Amino acid sequence: MVASVTSILEKYNKDKTRLMDILLEIQEAFGYISSEAVNEIARCCNISTVDVQQTISFYHFFTQKPTGKYTVYLNNSVVANMMGREQIKETFERETGTKFGQVSEDGLFGLFDTSCIGMNDQEPSAIINGKVFTNLTPFRVKELVRGMREGKDVEELMVEGYGDGNNGNKLVRSMVMNNIRRKGPILDDNYTPGIVIWKKLPTMTPEQVIAEVKASNIKGRGGAGFPTGLKWEFCRRAKGDRKFIFCNADEGEPGTFKDRVILTERPKLLFEGMVIAAYAVGATEGILYVRHEYKYLQKHLESILQGARERNLLGKDIGGIKGFNFDIRIQFGAGAYVCGEESALIESAEGKRGEPRDRPPFPVEKGYLDYPTVVNNVETLCAVVKVMLNGGEWYRSFGTQDSTGTKLLSVSGDCKYPGVYEVEWGFSVYDILGMVGATPDVQAVQVGGPSGTLLAPVEFRRILGYEDLATGGSIIIFGKHRDLLKDVVLNFTEFFIDESCGSCSTCRIMPVVLRNKLLKILNGKGVIKDIDDMLEWAKVLKASRCGLGQTAANPIVSSIKNFRHLYEQRVRMDTDFDSGFNLAESVKDYIEASGRVIVE
Amino acid sequence: MAKIVNFTIDGKDCIAEEGLYLVQAAKNNGVYIPTLCNYEGIKPKGSCRICTVRINGRLMTSCTTPISDGMKIESNTEEINDLRKAIIELLFVEGNHFCPACEKSGNCELQALAYRFKIMVPRYPYTFPQRRVDASNPKIIKEQNRCIMCKRCIRAIKDEQGRSLFAYKKRGHKSEVVLDPVLGLQMSDELARKAMAVCPVGSILVREQGFIQPIGTRKFDKKPIGSEIEMSQPTK
Ligand SMILES: Cc1cc2nc3c(=O)[nH]c(=O)nc-3n(C[C@H](O)[C@H](O)[C@H](O)COP(=O)(O)O)c2cc1C
Ligand code: SF4
Ligand code: FES
Repeated sequence: MVASVTSILEKYNKDKTRLMDILLEIQEAFGYISSEAVNEIARCCNISTVDVQQTISFYHFFTQKPTGKYTVYLNNSVVANMMGREQIKETFERETGTKFGQVSEDGLFGLFDTSCIGMNDQEPSAIINGKVFTNLTPFRVKELVRGMREGKDVEELMVEGYGDGNNGNKLVRSMVMNNIRRKGPILDDNYTPGIVIWKKLPTMTPEQVIAEVKASNIKGRGGAGFPTGLKWEFCRRAKGDRKFIFCNADEGEPGTFKDRVILTERPKLLFEGMVIAAYAVGATEGILYVRHEYKYLQKHLESILQGARERNLLGKDIGGIKGFNFDIRIQFGAGAYVCGEESALIESAEGKRGEPRDRPPFPVEKGYLDYPTVVNNVETLCAVVKVMLNGGEWYRSFGTQDSTGTKLLSVSGDCKYPGVYEVEWGFSVYDILGMVGATPDVQAVQVGGPSGTLLAPVEFRRILGYEDLATGGSIIIFGKHRDLLKDVVLNFTEFFIDESCGSCSTCRIMPVVLRNKLLKILNGKGVIKDIDDMLEWAKVLKASRCGLGQTAANPIVSSIKNFRHLYEQRVRMDTDFDSGFNLAESVKDYIEASGRVIVE
Repeated sequence: MAKIVNFTIDGKDCIAEEGLYLVQAAKNNGVYIPTLCNYEGIKPKGSCRICTVRINGRLMTSCTTPISDGMKIESNTEEINDLRKAIIELLFVEGNHFCPACEKSGNCELQALAYRFKIMVPRYPYTFPQRRVDASNPKIIKEQNRCIMCKRCIRAIKDEQGRSLFAYKKRGHKSEVVLDPVLGLQMSDELARKAMAVCPVGSILVREQGFIQPIGTRKFDKKPIGSEIEMSQPTK
């Protein structure tokens, strides 16, 4: 029996700030959100139907039409393409008789593209009815489609067995591999959950906790690199009847998957970090915001939370500390990279479109439901537990002067050992390539995902750290045989076009204008001036509200700076002007409609 | 009484009540900072980015940034003016804007800004999007070719219960601002007129209200947008 729309609405008290959960449950129960459901939600929550629709239509995984009994979301990230996605896509289309972006006539199959699902070390992969299928081959796809035609359950379709570690746990049952290849203080197995809560917190004041975190000099691992201790201090000082701790597990930057591994293998460490943060700032409620792609981890995470409540690591008088009350709920996203931006994350958790807010005010002053809120990355919160356990000074012994501690890297692309590596800050790109078994003919390395930098070999001596290459940890390696402009830069630029929230004029329009220019060059119609135009035009993006828009031209700009010759090889040298106009293309519709042909 | 703070815009000494949005603070000092998505009386949502200034070195939008003591603001500089001009050009290439045939011509803020910034032709290629005209409502027409996604109508037009009549749909360059089909039918004449007035361009039109104002009497026929602020005396 599926829940009715009414019962779902009642479960969330018809509270419009819980619209995400309401929509997620309706989507899951019915496979889509019907217009009747939209009307019912609007009526019960007393908002207009367009208001409901503006949230629905923002998120990739909400649909207003059925998406097939078997819904396949095939990753279209750069690395998926490198690992043979095209063949997988063709096989799916051929075997199901359906095109991508469509649902088969009998309603059995729905095939859709989706951006990086956090499985770059095991591509090509797809999410089928919420389950992740990795390392796909055309052979496996044929098998899968045959199984679907036989009406098998997705669980039955998984013949590979389960992945390592907790992926095999009965609450997870996923074939995903952790691929942990190097451990350090964060991934260390030698950790007793709850130890800081039991042993340390009762002996320290919140101010002392903040002082210890400050002493470690740890900065945020989500990309922006803001000092964690300072953030907590701001939030502690902010006035508010309620305060919130958010853990950002939206992990949407193409090429990162280390948070997925932490959620799978070290969730207790993460939750302990959230409790420490709550103690430090005086928060009573926590929200773990997890990207929709990791929904297969839901039961696992919820059971750990339940266990923590039973052991008094969450709930009332935590760790025996009188009056220290804190609990955590999990909020799932629904497919929007920009929700990883902290204020968009908050908007989304409030049931709205994930549009970043104007700042000031910052979340530490006015965050979730306008209460002071700390947003921290998964890895940051895990590292803090170790800081509390061993002291800020111990933590500073790792890394460099400006970048203390270790960093989890998500390595993928052309190398022997893709996976998660915990290294000290200060590691050079060159050393990473050696460590992960990259071939000597590496052409380029993308550090920090699409919003980062495309490095050429002359820069491989650069180091990871806030003082040089600040990064959330996505490292993608490209061998000599890759077409950087077509396969990498174009894909990344389209990623930003698809993921822009559309609020800022700059971010909404400029990436499209730049993409069109890039296509002009790729189509052999470019001239030298087009290259310089792109560099010049990209500058307006700096006026965008959030990091997405501000970095949306990075793939183009950094590739022009470091690989200008690739552009020059492709532009026309015989002229300095080409409008890019293509007669045949421009009159295509007319020609088709009239049945005429163009004579050259 | 609120605290009075000192700040400078392009070197000019200014004073204002602390916490006032920068656009307003500048206006009170007789300095015009171009705006487009901002609308007096409704909550700002820095979406057009035209009011961008440099504050102590950082790009910020002045419609959303509260003024504070000691701010050094750069606004009328070559860099910032070119940025604003570029943004206006982007808005022109994003949609399909044919000023001579538009009901709002002369009263359109986008057009007026283009004149003020002396735009002859945008530096970017037009994108010629396929957009629809939504004429399903008996009172107003939503002309999507001209919508610049400023969200003014979304923020300003609500029914008695506070429900929005307009909302965003989709995201990124596919975004649209749409009218609620149900609430739209119950819209009063007054609200319809307000919606048209709030729209800075000709995307929301009250039926049978086009071209009623003779050329020469329209808002920006005689003086460029912003000149009323520049000619005003600073308020104390
Ligand atoms: C477009 C965009 C996407 C982001 N995605 C993430 C993300 O997936 N995870 C994350 O922790 N931070 C992400 N961030 C950074 C967050 O805004 C924020 O800085 C971070 O969560 C703060 O935590 P930290 O201080 O622990 O790093 C993103 C930022 C932007 C602009
Ligand atoms: S920069 Fe882009 S993603 Fe960020 S708020 Fe603006 S439009 Fe949205
Ligand atoms: S007027 Fe400030 S961003 Fe539009």
